[in-house]
Order: sequence, then structure tokens, then C-alpha cells
Amino acid sequence: MEDAFAMVVGVLFALSVYLLLSGSIMRLVLGIFVLSNATHLLIFVAGRLTLEEPPLIPDMMKVAEPGFANPLPQALILTAIVISFSLFAFLLVLAYRAYQTLGTVDTDEMRYAEPEQSLTSLRGRDV
Amino acid sequence: MLFVLLAPFVIAVLAPMVRQLTGSFTGWVLALLPASLFVYFCQFIEPVGSGEVLRFSTEWIPSAGINLSFYVDGLSLLFALLISGIGTFIVLYAAAYLKRHADLGRFLMFILMFMGSMLGLVLSDNVVTLFVFWELTSITSFLLIGFNHDKAKSRRAAVQALAVTGGGGLALLAGLLLMAHVGGSMELSELLAQGDLFKENPLYLSILILVLAGAFTKSAQAPFHFWLPNAMEAPTPVSAFLHSATMVKAGVYLLARMNPGLGGTEIWQVLLVVFGGATFLIGSFLALRNTDLKLILAQTTVASLGLLVLLIGLGHDKAIQAAMAYLLAHALFKGALFMAAGSVDHGTGTRDVSKLSGLARAMPLTAAASLIAALSMSGLPPFFGFIAKEFAYKASLDGPWTLEVTSVLVIGNALLFAAAFLVGAKPFFGSPGETPKQPKEGSVSLWLGPIVLSVLGLIAGPGNDIADSYFVGPAASAVRGGAMEVDLYLWGGIELPLALSAATIALGALVFAVSSSLRRALNSLFGKVWGPDQGYDQFMDGLMGLARALTGVLQTGSLRRYLLISFGIVAAALIAPTLVLGEALERPIIPPADFYIWGVGVLTVIGGLAIVLARSRLVAILSTGVLGLAVAFVFLLFGAPDLAFTQLMVETLSVVILALVIMRLPVDGKDWRGAPRALRDIPIAATIGVAVTVLLFSITSQPLDLTLSEYFAERSYTEAYGRNIVNVILVDFRALDTFGEIAVVVIAGVAVLGLLAAGSRRTESEAERRP
Repeated sequence: MEDAFAMVVGVLFALSVYLLLSGSIMRLVLGIFVLSNATHLLIFVAGRLTLEEPPLIPDMMKVAEPGFANPLPQALILTAIVISFSLFAFLLVLAYRAYQTLGTVDTDEMRYAEPEQSLTSLRGRDV
Repeated sequence: MLFVLLAPFVIAVLAPMVRQLTGSFTGWVLALLPASLFVYFCQFIEPVGSGEVLRFSTEWIPSAGINLSFYVDGLSLLFALLISGIGTFIVLYAAAYLKRHADLGRFLMFILMFMGSMLGLVLSDNVVTLFVFWELTSITSFLLIGFNHDKAKSRRAAVQALAVTGGGGLALLAGLLLMAHVGGSMELSELLAQGDLFKENPLYLSILILVLAGAFTKSAQAPFHFWLPNAMEAPTPVSAFLHSATMVKAGVYLLARMNPGLGGTEIWQVLLVVFGGATFLIGSFLALRNTDLKLILAQTTVASLGLLVLLIGLGHDKAIQAAMAYLLAHALFKGALFMAAGSVDHGTGTRDVSKLSGLARAMPLTAAASLIAALSMSGLPPFFGFIAKEFAYKASLDGPWTLEVTSVLVIGNALLFAAAFLVGAKPFFGSPGETPKQPKEGSVSLWLGPIVLSVLGLIAGPGNDIADSYFVGPAASAVRGGAMEVDLYLWGGIELPLALSAATIALGALVFAVSSSLRRALNSLFGKVWGPDQGYDQFMDGLMGLARALTGVLQTGSLRRYLLISFGIVAAALIAPTLVLGEALERPIIPPADFYIWGVGVLTVIGGLAIVLARSRLVAILSTGVLGLAVAFVFLLFGAPDLAFTQLMVETLSVVILALVIMRLPVDGKDWRGAPRALRDIPIAATIGVAVTVLLFSITSQPLDLTLSEYFAERSYTEAYGRNIVNVILVDFRALDTFGEIAVVVIAGVAVLGLLAAGSRRTESEAERRP
């Protein structure tokens, strides 16, 4: 079963990279969204898939019966989901603010920190 | 011993304060430190002279075999005495020379640190300790050479010295570690006691080249000889110290130290004799091209180092004796000459040898010291320099390559003879010339050092019995790696070496007589010839150019370019191992499964595809919802209900926020890439996708280590009293991680608030400013 989902993860990665390379700030943010989901699934699949056996300890028992899903990747992913949500929210607002200040959604035109002429001056300067 | 080696560093830090407190007595107070070190080392003369080796060791990182271990044998003792003894006079001299300099305290601090590093270097037994002190000498000499840091020439010289010696130091580190690897010990004394172990090892050549790279750069052997004359930008006390006993002799020390382990092979002989001989000739010719006292002395130092390397390379007993005798003689006369040259500069305001003459009346003590030192340097009897030169001839006559080596020695020595008189005699005789300042003798601190050192060189000639049994003999034994009888003498009968000495003196006198026309001839011949000094500049310019070009390619300021490069490299890094290792994975293996499992997988892909293909923003928002939901289903299916719930909630929130923001942006969600750009991006994206899939294939084909998972599952209820293992991990076993996670959420929230608040303020103010 892992192999099938490994391919799903691969497709999601490819899609996210394609979105990231688009040059539009909006699609960039969407790319991050797809990328985080793909990464969560990557960790999940790498920890092996176990069908319908959550890592819970039944009442009256001290340890779970063998055959339960691997709890460690789940704990990691739970943290990852929350953090990538924070990142996503922050990025969205950042993108919005960048548009407000710079008046464009094209990443190629966002050159506030590295203006075109900074490079030409670097090339010409004698160090 | 450790305490003794730490003392210079501790006192160094206090030096600026000492200057504040003691004013014009600073030199005398601080000179107490090297003087007491000298006295301390004197106690070893007797035991080491009788063949003892003393060891001191303190643990540093014992698990890695790195210890602060030191040992005192003939070689290290000779160096330690020279460093601390000459150091005493240098500190005195420096304090007087830079009396009115605002940063004298800092200067003395550097000098003392340098002295401490040098002492550590020659006493180290552990290879790592040796390397640390080796690098410390490079760094402190960088600080000293660049002391006048407001002068561009000083800065260049300092960086150059650091680049050359530092680069060599890295090579040396590699060589030392290889030696430790081959010999199975980090202690030099143990490594070198293993006889022919290194010479028979296949790694011998690598070790030799790496160690020689360190030694040759440090000791300014051709073609690395260029940094040393440039280092003359430093104040004179530095030059005197750097070039008499220390820094540049560190390389010679290293070669002498390594001789028992690495020396004696044919390649060792060839490399050392050829490079040493070439350096000897280049240095002595270059000396006669200059008119600046300090530059002449610097070039003769290059020459003398070449001679020492050559003698160590010859490697037989006589050559080693000659090398150690010359080492001692050189330290005495070169230290005296450098300090005297500095006094001349100090007293007259110029160092141009063609303008200086007749100073003997005005500066009698400096003149006397210079003359005595110059006579020793030129190798006239009965000075110690004569003995050293005589023994060098004896060594060269013993072969190998008798004729070649002997002729190199005669020519080089004759040129040094001329240089010695140019520096040590010419400025003081004849009718007084015009100088910028009225010449006058300096204070006692300025002439004491030159007088003592040069007189020692005079006494050591007739008193050669003391010199050979206490200093040269034990040092030569240490270099040879076994006891050696050394008997130096002034008069060896009328033999070939004496005849060679006479020839040298005759030739030298001739060269001195025609020195000014020789200088003109040399300068017109070689004035514009490319040299390694220009090579250094070209290399540095090339490095800068490469950095500029790389920055131009990589740092274009275009986000897409950055992403393209990053993902390209990630794709290559993920794919390359699979291609290179060529492990054929029999994949994919897809077992039969219920339709709803397929359905969830397909739904995930559809969600992702829909985001990419969306033509309106509404579709894009909806598609993110589909993708998030599908992922939640995957979690639910495969036994992760907690993940599924979290994912559902987060997804809902994400879609809401996304909808709020996206509606305020002027995008329709459509891809605006044209076909050419899409054609370039698609292969990269596809490669990443394939690479990640292959990565997962190979991960899942390996056995899974469940140690941690089982640890948590077993203790979840018994120790933490929780039945949901995932939750227990999050809030109990790894609670601190979760705390960090919450902190991230808070920080993100604060940042969002800040962005929005700052945004509304700035748009207002910008609106006001804009017409």
C-alpha cells in the first residue's frame, strides 16, 4: 500500500514545485500549502501505513495489542500540521502586505530589497 | 609547563594596563616576563645536555587523543632559549622604539602573545597542540604586521602573510593528522620514534608534501618567499623578532623536528635541497637589489632560511650540525642587525643605504653592534658565523651533489657577505651624509639588545666548546633522532673548506665593491619580470572576480531563479544516488485493496491538480479544501484519528483565511506562465516528484526501526496513565516540543497582527506623501 501513496506524494510534490515556480505570489502561497500537505504524507508513509488500527490502549489493558499504527510519525505530523498552518497564515498576510506596499503580485517585480541596479553596481565596482 | 606557556598570554592581556601604570618604564617591567622565562628554560640546559628528554602533559580532550603535552629536548630547548632570550631584548627595544605611539600597549600585547604562541609551537608534543600554536603564530603575526592598519600597504602585507602561512597551516594539519593515522598516536615523540614506519607507508608522499607545504610557506621558501619582504611594513621590533629567532624559523623547526620520521629518503633530499638552494640564491640576489636596510635584511633572511632547509635536506650528521650551528649564529647576528637597522632609522629618519654614511661618530654603540654582527654574518673568523659557514662547507663536500651544492653555497655566501657589509658597515663609515634627522644614539633600551646579541656571536666563536656541548650538540642529536657527538672548532687546518671560505670572502669583497652597479644591472634586468608577488595579486583578483561572477549568476534578486536553482539541486541530489548506486527497485508493488482506499488516493491527486489548473480564484479556494479534506481521509483510513481531526480543523481555518485574503488580491488564480516557461518548469517539477517517490520506495524497502515507537507504546499507560499513545507523546514525553510548537503559533499570530497594523499605518502615511 505504501507504494501507491508514495506515488501520490510524488505527484503532490511535483504539483507544489510547479506552483512555486510560477512567479505569482498567490500561486506561491498555494504551492506552500500543497507542499506542507505533501510533506505530512511523506512522513506518514515513511512510518508505514497500517489500516484502521489507531494507536490506542483499550480499557482494562496496560499496553496496546500488537498491530496498531506507528504512533511516532503521527506525533511528529501533528506538530507539523499546526506549524505549517501558522506559516501558511503568516505567508498569506505577508503576500497581501507585499501587494499593498509594492503594488504587484509578480515576484519578478518585487525587487525592493535587491533592486536591479544593485547588481550592476556590484559588477562594476572595484573590490 | 602549562602555567609557563600560559603566562605570556595572561601578561599580554594586561600589557595595555601596565603601560598606563608604569609609563616610560613599561619595557623594563614587561621584559621581566621573557627574562624569567629565559631563566626558567636555563634550568633544562644541564639535563638536556646530558641527553635527557623532559615531558609535561595535561589532559585536554583525552577521548580524541588530544592533550596539552609538551617536551623539552635539545631542539626545542635551543628554540625556547632563543625565543625568550631575544624576546627580552625585543620587548625592551619595542617599548623604546614606539615610546610615543598611542597604541604601544596593544603592540606589546601582540608581541607577548606571539612569543607565547611560538614557545608553545616549539615545545608541543601533541600534533593538535602543535597545530593550534602554529596557527596562533600566523594570527598574531598577522596582527603585528598589520599594526599600522591605517596604511594600505600594511593591510595588504598582513593579509598576504596570513593567506600564505594560513593556507600552509591547513596543509600541515592534514599532514599531521595523516601521520597520526599512520602511526596510531597523536604524540610527536611517539610517532617519530617509530623509525621507518612512515617512509614505508604508501601515504608517505602525501604526508611529505602536506608537511612541506606548511613548512615552506611558513619559512618563506621559493616560490612562497614573497610575503616575507612585504611583512617589512611592520614596525622594526616585529621584523627583528619575526626574522631572527621565530615565525619564519617555525618551518625550519618543523623540518628539523620531522627529520627522524620523514627525512632521509631520496625525495626528501631532492625537494629540500632544490627548494632550499633556489631560495638561498634568490634571496641573496634579491638582497642586493634593494637599498632599504630592512628589505636587504629581509631578503638575506630568506636566503638564510633557504640555506637551513638545504642543510636539513642533505641530512647527514655534518649537515645537521652545520644547520644547528647556523641557526644559532643567524638568530644572534640577524636579531642584532635588525634592531640596529631600526635604531638607524629611528636616529636618522631614513633607511636608504645609499644615503647613509659616517654614522659611527654619532651612533658609536649601534655602529659597534652592527659591525660585529655583520662580521659574524659575513663569516669571518673568529666569529661564530665563521664556524657555521665552515661546517656548511664541510657538509656540502660530503655530498650528495657535491659540486652543485658547494657552488650554490659559495655564490650565496659571497652575496650574503656583500649584503652584510652593505647593512652593517657602509652606513657607519666614510664622511657623514645628509639625513632627514640629525643622527643621534638612542636610549639604552635601543642599543642594549644589539650589543648583547652581537657580542654573544663574537664570544661563541672562541667559546665554541660551550656552544657545541650545551646547544648545538643536543639540538643536532634531537634532529638526528639519536645521540650525536658534536665538536665545533675554529681552526680545522688548511683544508678545502678553508680555501672555499677564502674564495667566498674574495668574491664577496668584489661583489661589495661593485654593489651599486650590480644593483642597477639587476634592476634593469629583472625590474619588470613577473614574480610570485604579482601572482598573489592576480590570484586574489581572480578570486574576487569569481565571487562577483558567481554572485551575478546566483544572486540575481529573482525569486524564481532562486527556486529554480534550489529545486534543481535538490532534484539532482535525490536522483543522483539512485542512478549511481543503480539499485534496481522492483517497484511499485501494489496489493489489491478496497475501492474507497483508491478513492482517497485519487481524490488527493485531484485536489492538487485542481489547484494547479484552477482558472478562477473560487475554484482555487475550493480545491485547497478538497486537497486538505482528502489528506484528512488518508489519516483517518490509516489509523490516525487525531491527525484527521486536527487536519479538518486546520483546513477549515486555512480555507477561511485564504478566502479572506485572496479576494483582496487582483488575481484570477490563473497561471500566467507562457508555454516556454512552463516547458522549462515542468521537467524540474516532474523530476522532484519522481525523486521523492523513489526516495519513499527505498525508505519503505528498508526495515523500520520501531525502538522509539515501542518505547512510547509500552510506557504510555504504565508511566503516563494515558490510553491515547499519540496524545501522551505530545503532552507528556515530548511536552517541551509541543510547548515550542505553541510558541510558534503565538509568534506567527503576533507577526500577522504586526504586519496588518504596520500596514494600515504605512499606507496612510504613504498616501499623505504621494501627491
